[in-house]
Amino acid sequence: MNPVFWQTVWGLLPYWLVIVLMMIGLHVVMTKPNLIKKIIGLNVFQTGVIMFYITLGKVDGGTAPIFGSGGDEVVYSNPVPHVLMLTAIVVGIATTSLALALVVRLHEAYGTIEEDQIRRLEGDEV
Amino acid sequence: MSASWVAHLESQLPAIQVVAPMLTAPVCVLLRRSRAAWMLAMTVTLGSLLTSLLMLRHVLLHGALSYQMGGWAPPWGIELRIEVLNAFVLVIVSGISSVVLSAAPGSLPKEVPEERHYLFYAAFLLCMTGLLGMTSAGDVFNVFVFLEISSLSSYTLVALGPSRRALVAAFRYLIVGTMGGTFLLLGIGMLYMMTGTLNIVDLGIRLVEVQGDRTLLVALACVVVGTSIKLALFPLGLWLPNAYTFAPAEVSAFLAATATKVSYYVLARFLFLIFGVSLAFDRLHFDHVLLPMALVAMFVGSLVAIFQTDLKRLLAYSSLAQVGYMVLGLALANRSGLTGGIVHLFNHALMKSGLFLVLAAVVLRLGATRLQDVRGLGRQMPWTMAAFVVGGLSLIGVPLTAGFVSKWYLVQGALESGRPLVAALILGSSLLAVVYVWRVVEEIYFQPAPEGRQVAEAPLGLLVPIWLLIGGTVVFGIFGSATADVARQAADLLLQGPPVGPALGGSP
Amino acid sequence: MTPGMAILWAVLGPLGAAVLVRLLDRWPNLREAASLLVGGGVFAVVAGVLTPRVMAGERPRLEILDILPGVTLAFEVEPLGMIFGLVASGLWVVTTLFAIGYMRGHNEIHQTRFYVCFALAIFGALGVAFAANVFTLFVFYELITLSTYPLVTHHGTAKAKAAGRTYLGVLMGTSIAFLLLALVWTHQLAGGTDFVIGGILTGKASDDMLMLLLALYAFGTAKAALMPFHRWLPAAMVAPTPVSALLHAVAVVKAGVFTILKVVVYIFGLDLLQETGASQWLTWVAATTLLLASVVAIQQDNLKRRLAYSTISQLAYIVLCAALATPYAIVGGASHIAMHAMGKITLFFCAGAIFVEAHKTEISNMRGLGRRMPFTMMAFLVGSASVIGIPPFGGGVSKVMLMMGTAEAGPNYVMLGVYALSSLLAIGYLMPVVFNGFYGITVVEEENRVEKNQPLRDVVNDLRRAPFLVGPPVLTALGCIALAVGQLFFFDLLSVFFP
Repeated sequence: MNPVFWQTVWGLLPYWLVIVLMMIGLHVVMTKPNLIKKIIGLNVFQTGVIMFYITLGKVDGGTAPIFGSGGDEVVYSNPVPHVLMLTAIVVGIATTSLALALVVRLHEAYGTIEEDQIRRLEGDEV
Repeated sequence: MSASWVAHLESQLPAIQVVAPMLTAPVCVLLRRSRAAWMLAMTVTLGSLLTSLLMLRHVLLHGALSYQMGGWAPPWGIELRIEVLNAFVLVIVSGISSVVLSAAPGSLPKEVPEERHYLFYAAFLLCMTGLLGMTSAGDVFNVFVFLEISSLSSYTLVALGPSRRALVAAFRYLIVGTMGGTFLLLGIGMLYMMTGTLNIVDLGIRLVEVQGDRTLLVALACVVVGTSIKLALFPLGLWLPNAYTFAPAEVSAFLAATATKVSYYVLARFLFLIFGVSLAFDRLHFDHVLLPMALVAMFVGSLVAIFQTDLKRLLAYSSLAQVGYMVLGLALANRSGLTGGIVHLFNHALMKSGLFLVLAAVVLRLGATRLQDVRGLGRQMPWTMAAFVVGGLSLIGVPLTAGFVSKWYLVQGALESGRPLVAALILGSSLLAVVYVWRVVEEIYFQPAPEGRQVAEAPLGLLVPIWLLIGGTVVFGIFGSATADVARQAADLLLQGPPVGPALGGSP
Repeated sequence: MTPGMAILWAVLGPLGAAVLVRLLDRWPNLREAASLLVGGGVFAVVAGVLTPRVMAGERPRLEILDILPGVTLAFEVEPLGMIFGLVASGLWVVTTLFAIGYMRGHNEIHQTRFYVCFALAIFGALGVAFAANVFTLFVFYELITLSTYPLVTHHGTAKAKAAGRTYLGVLMGTSIAFLLLALVWTHQLAGGTDFVIGGILTGKASDDMLMLLLALYAFGTAKAALMPFHRWLPAAMVAPTPVSALLHAVAVVKAGVFTILKVVVYIFGLDLLQETGASQWLTWVAATTLLLASVVAIQQDNLKRRLAYSTISQLAYIVLCAALATPYAIVGGASHIAMHAMGKITLFFCAGAIFVEAHKTEISNMRGLGRRMPFTMMAFLVGSASVIGIPPFGGGVSKVMLMMGTAEAGPNYVMLGVYALSSLLAIGYLMPVVFNGFYGITVVEEENRVEKNQPLRDVVNDLRRAPFLVGPPVLTALGCIALAVGQLFFFDLLSVFFP
């Protein structure tokens, strides 16, 4: 096996996985007419980025960064990305709940949560 | 004793600025009463205007103001950092928010049911929190967090619109906006990966040492895509026309004046203070992307605006075009061009919020803003319509209006950078503005009003804010030196680029 | 009165008149009296205070404020602007007299708006005349466009609105796309846009750039109606005749050619243009416009349209003068601004009087009109002679100057041929109106087979019947004769340009 190829695929595997996750999310958002599915896609997309941050925090051979749990020569994983992602997840939840609330209102107003049908109804009332 | 007390208070200002509206928003929800909520919101908004003016004074006299959340020193702690440029953006945002909010009791009742007013004021305050936070945040991750706060509340504001289509517009805005936020987050992650820091000053210092262009370019692209969506740069800003059209006119006025402007500041900050001219433009040639995008935005926005039959939508597309002008200033990356872009940030905020308030008055009196509805309105609402004409002239860039000042610098910037064609295109797109503004003027003044329509002039509660903003465009058109000087200082700061020196807190 | 104050009064006078007229909306007599009074005052200031000083070689200057760093709103009076200022303010008074007769005789709508916009346009014209730099000139140039737009669309009909669209589209479009670009570019190249004798661009730009810049200026000032940006002028003829008279024969169009003259003299400088030949091409564009517009004019049956095309061709003369860029040509162009203004306004007044009194707009219907309106037709004759340039009328002298200017630039027989041909064409499109008016047989007469040998039987004193309508053309016709006598004044004023 070509070593360059090996390094690109296996060495960067976490990144590839992140990209795949993001693309799945993006695809769902763009192609599914169902608004709930769009929201799910959005969540998958966000999760991709969250995973990306988590991989950043990983240090080879590092342990959980709990102060005083080891000696001076113990290697810790970087805790900052995890902390950041806690915030990002909160933001994601807020977005999702707002989106769901909007979907409920949309359903009340249009009687459907399929985007193509909503668009048809919109077209009538220009 | 008292002096140290004042100094102590001054050092707390950045935090107060962000925290005050955030804490009052839930109080608004508890108050429930429209009038009470408005008074509270108005007090807080005026308070943040005062705060930002005080900070501006401090920054001009004593230099940058840094506030460390919880006492943790940067680059580890969360920092709010006020410098000359963002102090001005803060003044603009809180100033125009105050004027727009003062018009709310006059314009809201027609579009938002009384029992939801307190929600409007709560969302308004939250949105302002986000915008002020984005502007003053000293680290990029908090820029993201505040961006999401402002975005989430602006989705709510849009959804408050009277027709059910507002919900659809809000939902689409949410999807696209969240995408943008996520891209920004991704870009920030890459910056962190390369430098190990999130603090803006620190990032600027460390980023120039990064080897290899590819990751840098991807990070820059992610950041620009993320901010451009919020900024509504064509084609990433296509959420904007629907959102502005179906949102209450009051909300459109607020968002047009503030949300896009703060995003512009964030974009400028990333491009010039984190990446820097030498990295973003000389090494990565990002102007090759930004310049065509800006030009396309200018033309597409104006061209589409010409064919609109709804005034709100017309103004919304015109906003897309105006964003193009502003971004063009960034892409030119020279003194005059940047001055033009920054001064247009202010001028456009003035005129667009004024124009949207005019539409709020039209909605109040007529209930609709289609082109055929405003026929002959020039005689029935003379003051309101005169404001529209003046605002329109400013959009075109007629001399002695604020729009002229921006265009002057942009054209000069294009010529200085050796791109006469771009200069010609800037002016060519102004011609399109003549067309879409004049279509409206013709309907207003040279069409007879429909038989039997009796319309009163807009109430004083709306006229005063409208003329504050529109009068501002004339004042800053005549005394253009005032704004231009400030903008030029800001441009110089941006062109200086990221600070040089030892990184904060040693190596990561 | 200090010269600075005089400039301020002269420029702000019309603005004050606009405000006054708006306030006196309810009292038409007072309203028009205010217009007249202010007009007379402004003219007195321009002619009485500013002119002697400029004749004495002074250059009164007044700076208002810096709009942007290095971009100043300022006024300075020099000979070219003096002439334009005199013409605009002087004819404003006469036109107001005529407008009273016309607007009332014709029961026009929105009269207050009319007078307000009218005064604003004069405000713009005086601002252009006394501008000390291209920026100030541009500001007032745009003001003229905006303030005359409601005058063009005055009637609010579909036709008027379409004309208004062409008007605004062409004038504002070219000024923003080209003139503003030229302005910023000049600022960029020379570090300022002040009008300085001898120009400010020497050594600052390559020959090609100069050529391009001149093109931007020439086509950017579409008010000069250089082809292909002339369409707005015939379109604007839907406006009430006083508007056509003052604005589309004097203030608006002259603002255009004045701008070109001024830019050539004070921004490029005659020497620079002579050395580089950057204005060569413009002579040909102007000559083409000159001939084509004359040919089109002959084909028009509508009197106002014919006069409009005649204006286009006469304006091209002045642009040609500027393009030749020799001292004599400049003097010729500058004096032609005044000569043509006086002549053409007479013709438009006559057209308006004919329209109100006899309800005729087409030339073919005006046969025999001279017997009913002898004073009007006589005035038309004098105006025509002046516009054509028959000596000793004023137009003749400016054309002689033009020819001398051409000769100065080197022998150019084609150009001299163009002049000869265009003068013939001018006779061809103006004189038939007069001949038909006096010697033609009215349609009614022809139908009734009335005896042909009694041409002067039904002469009516039109001057006594409608003094406000017929008085002004008679006045300006006398003015044409006076100008013919007083030409020396212009050469005195313009003597600075002679080598």
